[in-house]
Amino acid sequence: MQSESHEQLHLRRSRISDRWFMAGVYGATGLFVAIVAGLFVELYAGSSSSIRAFGFNFLTSSHWNPVTNQFGALPMIYGTVVSSLIAIVLAGFVGVFGAAYLVEFAPRAVARPLAFLIELLAAVPSVIFGLWGLFILAPVLRANVEPFLQAKFGFLPIFQGFIFGSSLFTAGIVLAIMIVPTVSAITRDVIAAVAREHREASMALGATRWETMARVILPGATTGIFGACVLALGRALGETIATTMVIGNKPAIAASLFQPAYTLASVIANEFTEATSDLYVSALIELGLLLFVVSLAVNGIARVLTWTVLRPAKAR
Amino acid sequence: MKRVNVLGAALSFAALVVAPALAATQLTGAGSSFVNPFFSKAFYEYSAAHTDVTVNYQPIGSGGGIQQFTQRTVDFGASDVPMNADEIKRLPASAVQVPIALGGVAVTYNLPSFIKGGLKLTRETLADIYLGKIAKWNDPRLTKINPGAELPDAPIIVVHRSDGSGTTYIFTDFLSHVSGEWKSKVGTGKSVEWPAPSAVGGKGNDGVAGAVRQTSGSIGYVELAYVHENKMTQAQLQNAAGRFGFCTGGGVAAAAATKLNLTPTDFSIVDTKGETAWPIAGYTWVFMYREYQKPEEKSRAKMVRDVLEWTATSGQRIAGTLDYVPLPESVQEIAKKSFSEIKV
Amino acid sequence: MTTTRSQLPFGRRPLTAHMRWRYGWSAVGVIGSGFCAGLAASLLLLILGYVAIQGVTALNPAFLTHVPRPVGVSGAGVANGIVGTFIVVGIAVALATPVGVFTGIYLALFGRGRFAETVRFLADVLSGIPSIAIGLFAYTLFVQPFHHFSALSASLAFAILMLPLIIRTAEESIARVPTRVREGALALGISTYSSTIHIIVPAARAGIITGLLLAIARVTGETAPLLFTAFGSQFWELNPTNPMAVLALQVFTYAISPYEDWHRQAWAGAFLLIVAVLILNVSARLVLRNRFEA
Repeated sequence: MQSESHEQLHLRRSRISDRWFMAGVYGATGLFVAIVAGLFVELYAGSSSSIRAFGFNFLTSSHWNPVTNQFGALPMIYGTVVSSLIAIVLAGFVGVFGAAYLVEFAPRAVARPLAFLIELLAAVPSVIFGLWGLFILAPVLRANVEPFLQAKFGFLPIFQGFIFGSSLFTAGIVLAIMIVPTVSAITRDVIAAVAREHREASMALGATRWETMARVILPGATTGIFGACVLALGRALGETIATTMVIGNKPAIAASLFQPAYTLASVIANEFTEATSDLYVSALIELGLLLFVVSLAVNGIARVLTWTVLRPAKAR
Repeated sequence: MKRVNVLGAALSFAALVVAPALAATQLTGAGSSFVNPFFSKAFYEYSAAHTDVTVNYQPIGSGGGIQQFTQRTVDFGASDVPMNADEIKRLPASAVQVPIALGGVAVTYNLPSFIKGGLKLTRETLADIYLGKIAKWNDPRLTKINPGAELPDAPIIVVHRSDGSGTTYIFTDFLSHVSGEWKSKVGTGKSVEWPAPSAVGGKGNDGVAGAVRQTSGSIGYVELAYVHENKMTQAQLQNAAGRFGFCTGGGVAAAAATKLNLTPTDFSIVDTKGETAWPIAGYTWVFMYREYQKPEEKSRAKMVRDVLEWTATSGQRIAGTLDYVPLPESVQEIAKKSFSEIKV
Repeated sequence: MTTTRSQLPFGRRPLTAHMRWRYGWSAVGVIGSGFCAGLAASLLLLILGYVAIQGVTALNPAFLTHVPRPVGVSGAGVANGIVGTFIVVGIAVALATPVGVFTGIYLALFGRGRFAETVRFLADVLSGIPSIAIGLFAYTLFVQPFHHFSALSASLAFAILMLPLIIRTAEESIARVPTRVREGALALGISTYSSTIHIIVPAARAGIITGLLLAIARVTGETAPLLFTAFGSQFWELNPTNPMAVLALQVFTYAISPYEDWHRQAWAGAFLLIVAVLILNVSARLVLRNRFEA
């Protein structure tokens, strides 16, 4: 039999390594999907007794009573959504514009240390954020910021009412600080990846630096920035320990941002290690399932927004 | 030659590091975070005297302790509230519950003006404050008990523990005892639905203490050790005998002394008789299984029982140094008797 | 009097009011965004400063080399937690990086249609699951069946937590590799495996490393999943199939206790954590820069 030529050997080896490679690629993706599916299954299985006991009432009731085993999650859904919204609005603003500055406008010597410092925020343990928020931030907000907001904008219902210190507002700010690194770091990469030709063309046309940023670079980076915000929002939704230390842990819905509130993740963090009755544990796991669903919903809405608002804009 | 020396040094160093760990058996326990500081010191001293045993105790919470004990992932569990009938039913085998530590819950507050001798509260007024029925500091019922004190015309911010905890259990147990309305409306539990409209939850003792310290016009409850270590302002509470007093080790011990027939089903020592008794106190319990059959389980269980028995008796002298209250003699006897029921 | 053309600098025309307005807005934009960047950075300094002040008295050589001691006993340390963090996070990185990067490769290069879109969607959804739920998942898979806590189960939980960040950043960076590089790789006639792993992924390396570092930083500070997986320990432990101390867990346990001594150790431990991640970031960036400039 004729021995293989050098080329044939090379081709055969490429085919074999390609097969392994594609197996690895599809395998990894499959493993990832299996993990997420497994998580969902476990959450669903764990909350089955609670779902059976409460049904839809779980989502509409405002009572969380471990003594009588009556559980309702409505105030927690409210608290989770509102606190995360505050966080992503604040962090998105600061993170995106800060990243823009660091990539485009800052002198090299300033940009690197600043970028470092922002990324390091991600390493601070959440219990430290909670303690810092409780002992440093909340008093400042309570004594200065919130009264100021109430004085100037008190006609808005979100700024009315007694000022507690621990509140949705405080929690939103702490969460914002926690997710700024995610927004900033990813946005920096995305902005840096916008082709130089676009920048230079814009400058050549006589646009100012800011105009280049606002009209050329940021629009070009929009989907990436959006992706960064979605990831950061996810982190805010699931944050447990820091939120629970500054949000006041009160299962009630109020119009004012200065009132204490409760989030889905906080309840789990607070009560899971102490819950022993089957129904109690199941209700807590159902909260986890709810968070999964909230995350699904938020991401679904974000996707729809991307398709309807952003993609057509890009195509233009 | 040099390489061999370095290798030899490395090997002997590794042996030194690893050998003690290899020689000692590491026992695991999990549960109550309230009792963690006491356990850490007690087990440290025990291991110093008995070098063949080390104990790895982790404060994952009383409920976590019961869960892990049920799953048999730890050698013993610890909980601020003994297992109830449902929890016992879920166990794979019969268990023994033994009291191992004693602690009190103090009431702390924050008012703009200093009150000489501390704010005084009767048991009913405390219950009504937490029910939300007494909403302002200058309520006539409060001014009557505290003549001469400057109580402002401000809402009472009621602070409670947001995380499930034995401290909340003891506190709500007390409120249920002194107020029928509390008992029917809210009840006793490690986590409850707090009825006061101005209620705020803080996570952990830190959360409650922080909230109270920063919110003028607030009131809250914390562990005795916490109040002492952080020098917080305590309120005086009136006990069943009619005397006002602060939460102290002596008061808690007096409360414990009134209940001599302590059992896992009859364990409440809140609102007890006794001249100097402090009304809000409770035990922490450890549990082991009653029978261990497999031989490797038996030797481990024997070591666990010895450690825990030492902690419940000789180890109690450490309790006072950390602001816990040593178990009364009678309770130590009960503990010894319970440990003897374990067959190893 | 108007200036003549020869008196103006080369190429410049006199500024109209409208131009001045535009330049004004540009300055506002630049300064405003600079303010944002400065705000975010100074927040870290604020928090780090607070942590350092609270914990500096507990930082000493013993703290870095000894194991924990009971309250009030001097010479306590978090050395086992430091080592444990390295082991747990190290194994987590080893688990998450291949799965995450390969999934990113799939999404960027091979994925088409509904399935790929679903995978992307799931990655975003996963980032919103609370870490305690993921810890529970790891507990059911790895602890309950064996009746034994272990550092491995904690690594598993951490790896799952890291996946969304790694996958999305890997996908983004690979997708942004310029087409000419991809086409060049194709033109070489080498196997897909070779062109992807040896050419395209290295070109996307910066972004992937960013995602990885961010994920590591995030996971190093996580406590909730550790409660049911690594369990914690007061002793030296190098065996990943045993319960192990992890620094974030030690910080948490000390922080919620009533004792001043343990509080200070919590702050000192948190300071160590942040410094450790700082060192990791610095060295990773240095390595990256060196290899590019080599």
